Amino acid sequence: MNLPHISVFYFGAISLVLIGLYAILVKKNILKMLIGLSIMETGVNLLLVSIGYIYGRSAPILSEGIGPNQAVDPIPQALVLTAIVIGVATTAMALSAVIVLYRHYGTLNIEEIRRLRG
Amino acid sequence: MVSILKRGLAIITILIIGYWLAQALAGIPFGQDKMLVGQYYLDHVKQQTGAINAVTAVVVNYRGFDTLGEVTVLFIASTGVGALLWERKKRRTAKTEGSIVLTTGTRLLVPFVILFGAYIFIHGHLTPGGGFPGGATIATAFLLLYMAFTMYEIPHKAFEKTEGLVGMGYVIVGLIGLAIGGYFLFDWIWQTWGWGHENIGRLFSGGFIPIIYIIIGLKVGTELSGIIDNMLKEGVSE
Repeated sequence: MNLPHISVFYFGAISLVLIGLYAILVKKNILKMLIGLSIMETGVNLLLVSIGYIYGRSAPILSEGIGPNQAVDPIPQALVLTAIVIGVATTAMALSAVIVLYRHYGTLNIEEIRRLRG
Repeated sequence: MVSILKRGLAIITILIIGYWLAQALAGIPFGQDKMLVGQYYLDHVKQQTGAINAVTAVVVNYRGFDTLGEVTVLFIASTGVGALLWERKKRRTAKTEGSIVLTTGTRLLVPFVILFGAYIFIHGHLTPGGGFPGGATIATAFLLLYMAFTMYEIPHKAFEKTEGLVGMGYVIVGLIGLAIGGYFLFDWIWQTWGWGHENIGRLFSGGFIPIIYIIIGLKVGTELSGIIDNMLKEGVSE
């Protein structure tokens, strides 16, 4: 088995995704699972931004001294801007669902919440 | 025993997925120029939109319809939080005031935090930032107020009206573009009126990008403050 050669930024992004996935698979507290989901989201955002990076170029703000050929790809950054906002919205939604669950069952442990056993 | 088995299974699954992801990403070179559409945007962003921040131009001008959808998603999430946490009568139930450091600091900082948020979204076409981070910063100011004072509540009526009006404003800006230029969210200030062509890189440029970002900033700020308000209040029985 030969390990693939990847950049350290890709490695970091994949690690974040996997750490989040581990939390989702193993943890029993719903809040911890949501934290794992957020970590996964951060990993995906880091991956998108690092794919858009180009060696030796600066941020895509074309002020003085920065021409169109000295800036990195703006599209992944625009996508990540969208993804962060949607992430905040979904996290807020999920947290209020957790609040309702806690009021109903009095616990955050998924094994004690009926019909959610996994 | 079961827990160890479950953990082992999870680690094996994660290693397999990680190897697969790394294998896929090994084919994408890091740091090389892979731009196709991006280069077009960078080459034409100053002439076509008047903004020097290419990310903002992509978000608001080239993909403005997408951003309208994004604002809608945020609105739906805010409505969903309100619906999930609905109670007949809600009230702040925090028992203790914040410490003296928190209350004094909040009194001092809130105007400046709001000012900074406004700065971020007004200068969205020139500097990093824009409506979404600016709105989030403004919501932070209200979160500070909620944490410091037990009796504080946002002015609900004013916030709801602002939220509705700016949401309508976005669509109206788009519809004016439809009437003038022939498609929804056409940049009428920049392309038809030609305002600000001589001062690219200064505040009064960028066509309708500052207007839309002010709208987005107000909307995000009021909506996130509403979410905070919904989460921090609890229902009380009569």
